[in-house]
Amino acid sequence: MSLITLIPLFPLIGFLINGIGFNIVPKNLAGIISTAAALASFCCAVVLFMNFSGEVQIAKVFDWITVGKLNISMSFQIDQLSLLMLLIITGVGSLIHIYSMGYMSHDAGYGKFFSFLNLFLFFMLLLVMGSNYVVMFIGWEGVGLCSYLLIGFWNKNTNYGTAARKAFIMNRIGDLGFLLGIFMIISHFGSVEYLDVFEDLGHGTVAGDKTIMWITLLLFIGAMGKSAQIPLYTWLPDAMAGPTPVSALIHAATMVTAGIYMVIRSNALYSLAPETLHIVGWVGLATALLAASIGIFQNDIKKVLAYSTVSQLGYMFMGLGVMAYSSSFFHVMTHAFFKALLFLGAGSVIHAMSDEQDIRKMGGLRKALPITFWTFLIATIAISGIPPFAGFFSKDEILAHVYEHSPLMWGLALAGSVMTSFYMFRLLFLTFFGEFRGTKEQEHHLHESPLSMTLPLMILAVLSAVGGFFNVPHLLGGDSKLANFMAPLFAHSHAVAHAADESLEKTLMIISVIAAILSAGIAYYLFIGKKSVPVADSKVAGLQKVIYNKYYIDELYDTIFVKPISALSKFFYSVIDFLVIDLAIEGIGKLVKGLSSEARLMQDGRTGVYLFVMVLSIAVIIVWTLKDFILVGFK
Amino acid sequence: MPILSILIFLPLIASLLIVCLPEQYTRYFKWITVIICVIELFLSLILYKNFDTHSASYQFLEQMDWITLPMGNLGTVSIDYILAIDGASLPLVLLTGIVMLIGAISSFEIQERQRAYFGLYLLLTSAIMGCFVALDFFLFYLFFEFMLLPMYFLIGLWGGPRRDYASIKFFIYTLVGSLLILVVMIALYIAAIDPVETALNLGLITNKLQATPEIIGQVQEMLRSGKIEAVNQVHTFNFFYLSDTANFVPESWLSTVSGANWHGTPIRMIAFLLVFLGFAVKLPMVPLHTWLPDAHVEAPTPVSVVLAGVLLKIGGYGFYRIAYSIFPDAANHYAFLVGILGVISIIYGAYNALSMRDLKRMIAYSSVSHMGFVLLGMASLTSEGINGAIYQMFSHGILSAMLFLLVGVLYSRTHDRQIENYRGLAQKMPQFTVLTAIAFFASLGLPAFSGFIGEFFSLMGGFNSELLPNWLSGVATLGLVLGAAYFLWTFQKMFLGKFWVSKNPESISDLSDREQLMLVSLAILALLFGIFPHLLFDITNQTVGAFLVP
Repeated sequence: MSLITLIPLFPLIGFLINGIGFNIVPKNLAGIISTAAALASFCCAVVLFMNFSGEVQIAKVFDWITVGKLNISMSFQIDQLSLLMLLIITGVGSLIHIYSMGYMSHDAGYGKFFSFLNLFLFFMLLLVMGSNYVVMFIGWEGVGLCSYLLIGFWNKNTNYGTAARKAFIMNRIGDLGFLLGIFMIISHFGSVEYLDVFEDLGHGTVAGDKTIMWITLLLFIGAMGKSAQIPLYTWLPDAMAGPTPVSALIHAATMVTAGIYMVIRSNALYSLAPETLHIVGWVGLATALLAASIGIFQNDIKKVLAYSTVSQLGYMFMGLGVMAYSSSFFHVMTHAFFKALLFLGAGSVIHAMSDEQDIRKMGGLRKALPITFWTFLIATIAISGIPPFAGFFSKDEILAHVYEHSPLMWGLALAGSVMTSFYMFRLLFLTFFGEFRGTKEQEHHLHESPLSMTLPLMILAVLSAVGGFFNVPHLLGGDSKLANFMAPLFAHSHAVAHAADESLEKTLMIISVIAAILSAGIAYYLFIGKKSVPVADSKVAGLQKVIYNKYYIDELYDTIFVKPISALSKFFYSVIDFLVIDLAIEGIGKLVKGLSSEARLMQDGRTGVYLFVMVLSIAVIIVWTLKDFILVGFK
Repeated sequence: MPILSILIFLPLIASLLIVCLPEQYTRYFKWITVIICVIELFLSLILYKNFDTHSASYQFLEQMDWITLPMGNLGTVSIDYILAIDGASLPLVLLTGIVMLIGAISSFEIQERQRAYFGLYLLLTSAIMGCFVALDFFLFYLFFEFMLLPMYFLIGLWGGPRRDYASIKFFIYTLVGSLLILVVMIALYIAAIDPVETALNLGLITNKLQATPEIIGQVQEMLRSGKIEAVNQVHTFNFFYLSDTANFVPESWLSTVSGANWHGTPIRMIAFLLVFLGFAVKLPMVPLHTWLPDAHVEAPTPVSVVLAGVLLKIGGYGFYRIAYSIFPDAANHYAFLVGILGVISIIYGAYNALSMRDLKRMIAYSSVSHMGFVLLGMASLTSEGINGAIYQMFSHGILSAMLFLLVGVLYSRTHDRQIENYRGLAQKMPQFTVLTAIAFFASLGLPAFSGFIGEFFSLMGGFNSELLPNWLSGVATLGLVLGAAYFLWTFQKMFLGKFWVSKNPESISDLSDREQLMLVSLAILALLFGIFPHLLFDITNQTVGAFLVP
C-alpha cells in the first residue's frame, strides 16, 4: 500500500478504534490513539513532500462507480496544492489533537470527541487528496457532518444543537450548488477527474464561455457555504458553540478554507470565467467588510475571532477574484497558523476563566497566563498585517494584486484591514491588559494551561512569526518560494495576475502598514489609555446596536426563509393534503355510498311500485320515440 | 434447480403448513417464518452470486406452458408460467430477501393470532417474490393482486386504533390502481402475439427450439403485412414479446402503426398513462399518496417495514418493466410530465414531513419524498438516471425499513409516537441514538451511505437528460435541503437537550439484542452499498444499457 493511501487511512483507523470501542478503549488511550493517527499522517505527508519530484502523482485506490459511460474512481492526486494542504491539515491537526488532550481532559465524552476529530481529519484529507470532484464532494459533505457532530458536541444545551443544525443546513444549501456544478462538469466534459477536465479545457475553450461560467458559479455557491461567505456566512459565528479546539481546527484553520482550495483547484475553469471571478472578488470584499464591522462590537472572545475568520476568508476570496491564486493560498496557510493560534489561545483563556467567554469580565490576564499572552500577542500582530510576522506578507500580496485590478477595491479592502487591526487589538487589550473584571472565584482559579496546551501554542507562534518567510516577495529581497513552487498548478490558466510594479507595491505596503499600526494605536488609546470597557448589552443603542446584533441578518433570514417555509409546510399538510386530496377522495367514496343507499330504497320488494315504475318507464319511452309525431300533431 | 419457483412456492407451502399445524406448535410459527425467510435470502444471494453481469438478457429462465385456450376467431390464448430475472429485478429480489427477513425478526413482537399473522406474512412473501420474478403480465398481475389480500388483513387485524379506515383506504387506492393496469393488460393481450407459438401454429416450425431470429423476423414480417389470419394468431402476455412493437397486430389499438386515437391522443399514450397511474398509486406519487401515511401509522412495525421496504418498490418496478419497457415512445413523450410529478413528490413530501408531529407520519412522508427521486431518475431516460432510480429503490428499502424499526423501538416502550413528547433521549438510549443518527444521515443523502448514490445518480440523470429542463433537477435538489431540515430538526427535538419523556418515562431502555441485530445489520448494509456502489451497478448496468439502446 502506497504512502499516499496511508495518509487518510490512519485517521480512519483511529476513528474506527475509538468509535466502535467507545466504551472499551480506556480514556487516556483514546486521546493517544487519535493523536498518534494524526501524527502518523503528518509524517507520511512530510515524507511525500520531501520526495516530491514536481510531477503529479495519481494513486488509484479502487474503481468506484461505473454507470453507463461515466467512470468515477476512488483515487488520490498528489501535487503541489494537495501536498501543501496535507501539511497544513495534518500539521495543525496534530497540534490541535495534542492541545485537546489537555483541554478536554475533564470532559465525559473524551473518547467520542477524539473519534469525531479523527473522522474529521479523514474526510478533510479525502477532500484535498481526491483526484476528482466526486471524491472532493464526499469529503466536502463528510466534513460537514463532523462539523455538525462537533458543534453540537455538548448537546445537552439546546442552543448548541440549533447552531449545529444551522451549520449543516446552510452548508447543505451550498452543497447543492456544488452538486449541480458537478453534474454540469459531467455533462460538459464527460469526466470528473481534474486532469481530464483541465486537459479538455486546453482544446479551444475560450474565456467567457457560458457553460464554464455556470459551472464556476455553481461551484462557488458550494464554496460560499463551506467558507462562510455572504449570504451563507451566518452559521460560522454560531458554530463557536463547539469546543474551542474544534473552532480552531475546523472553523478556522482547515474546513472553512475548503472553498478556497476548491477555487484554486479549479483555477483553470475560473480563469476562463471573468464574470464569475468578478462576483467572487466582490462577494469576498463585501464579506470581509461586513464581518470585520461586526467583529468590532462583539464581546464574546470566540465570536470576535469567528467574525475575524469570516472576514479573512473574504480577503482570500477577494484574492481569488483577481486571480492572485497563490497569494490567496499563502494567506490560507498563514491564516491557518495565526488563527488556530488565536483560537487555541482563547481556549486557554476560557479554560483558565472557568468557561467564561465574555471579554468584559476578563482583563489583566497577561500576568496569570504569560505563555498564552505572548503567543496571542504574536498572532494578533500577525493577523493585523504588521511586519515582519506572517499575516503581513500574505495580506499584502493580496492587496497588491487587488490594487492592480481595481484601486476602489483596494481602498475598501484597506478599510477592512484597518478594522481587523482595531478589533484584534481591542480583543488583546481587553483580555490581557488592565484590571481583572471577573469574580473572585475566577481570579482565584486563574492558572496557566498545562504543557499539552501551551506547547502547540508555542509551535504555532513560531510559525505565525516566521510563516511569512516562506514567500518573501522580490520587493523585499525574497524569491517567492511558495509562488514558484505552486506555479505549475496554474499552467492551464491563461492569465494569472501579475503584481504591480515594485515602487507602487512599496507605497501600497507602507500605507497599509501605517494604517494597521494607527488603528492599533487607537485601540490602545481607547482601551488602555481611557480604560473604556464595552457597555452591557442592554445599554447598547443606535447604529452600534444594529451592528452588535449582526445587522439583524439572522432575524431577516428567519423572516424571509424559515417562517415562510414552515408556514408553507403546514399549509401543504393541513390544507392540500388533508382538505383537498383526502376530502376529495373521501367525497367520492361518500357520494358512491350515498347514491347506493338511496338507490337501495327503490328496491324494497313492493310489486306495486315496480309495476308502476315499469308502466311509467314504458310510457316515457313511447312518448320519446313518438315525440316527432306528437310535436307535429301540435303544430 | 428452479430457484425462482422455489422462491415463490417455499413460503407458500410454509404458509399452508402454519395454517394446518395443531395449536400446540404456535410458539414455533415465528421460527418457521424466520427460517423460511433465511432460506429466501440465501436463495436470492445465490442468484446474486451466479448472475452474469455481462449479459443484459433474462437469466434463470423457467418456462412452462400454463394455459393454452383456442378461442376460434379470436386466436389462441396463451398464458405461460414464465419466470426470469434481469438486472432490474435482481436488486429488488435481493431487497425482498433482506427486508422480509428483517420483518420476520421484527414480527416476534406480535402476540395475538400468531397462526393467522405468520400465515399471511409468508403468503405476502410469496406474492412479492412472484411479482419481481414473473415475466408474464398475467402472472405478474396475479401476484400483484395477491399481495393486496394479506396486506389488507395485516393492517386491518393487527393495526392501531384507526386500522379499519387505513386498511380500507389502502385497499381501495391500490385496487383502483390495479384496475387501470388490468385494462391495459387486456388491451396489450389483444394487440400482441407470441411469434414463436404463432410460427408453430402456422407450421413454420415443428418445435419451439427451432425458433431462430430469422423465423421470428419472418413471422413479424407476415404479421406486419397482414398475412396471418386472426385464427392463427397466438396472443401472449409475455413481457419479452410485449416490449417489441413488431409483435403487435398492425390494426390493433396499441400498435404503433394503427394510428388509433382518442380525441387526437394515440391510444398507446393513453395506455401508458393508465399503467403509469396504476403504479404511481403504489409508489406512491403525489397526489395519489394519502393512503400511505395512514397505512403506516396504523400498521404494526413489521408490516410498516415491509410496506415501505418492499411494497412501494413494486410501483417503481412496474414503471420500468411495464410502462417504460412496453411503451418507450410514450415514456419519451411524457418524460417532462413524469419528471415534474417526481419533483413535486420530492418537494411536497419533504414539506409535509417538515410539519409532522407524529414520528411515523414524518417518516412516511419522507418516503414519498424519496420515492420521487425514482420517478425523476426514470423520467430522465438516461443510463445514470435509471440506474440511479433502481439504486434509490434498493437504498430506500434498506433505510426505510431501518427508520420504521426505530419508530417501532420507541413505540413498543412508551406507546407514544409524538415527536414533541421526547427530549434528550441520547442520554438514556445511547445505542438507539447512534443508530437513529446513522439512519437519519443516511436518509438525508450523506455520502458513504447508500442514499447518496441513489439520489446523486437520479438527480444527475435528470440534470443531464435531454428530455428534461435543467431547472427541474435544480428544484429537486431543494429536496435534499428540506430532507436535512426535517431529519435534523426531529433529531434535535427528540435526542438532544435534557432527558424528558412525557409518557411512561420509566419504560425507556436501550436496545435489546434482537433490535440491535436488525438495526445494526441494516446500518451495515446502508454503509456497504454506500461505499461499494458497484455491488448493484454492476448488476443493473447492462440491463439498463440494453433498455436504452434496444
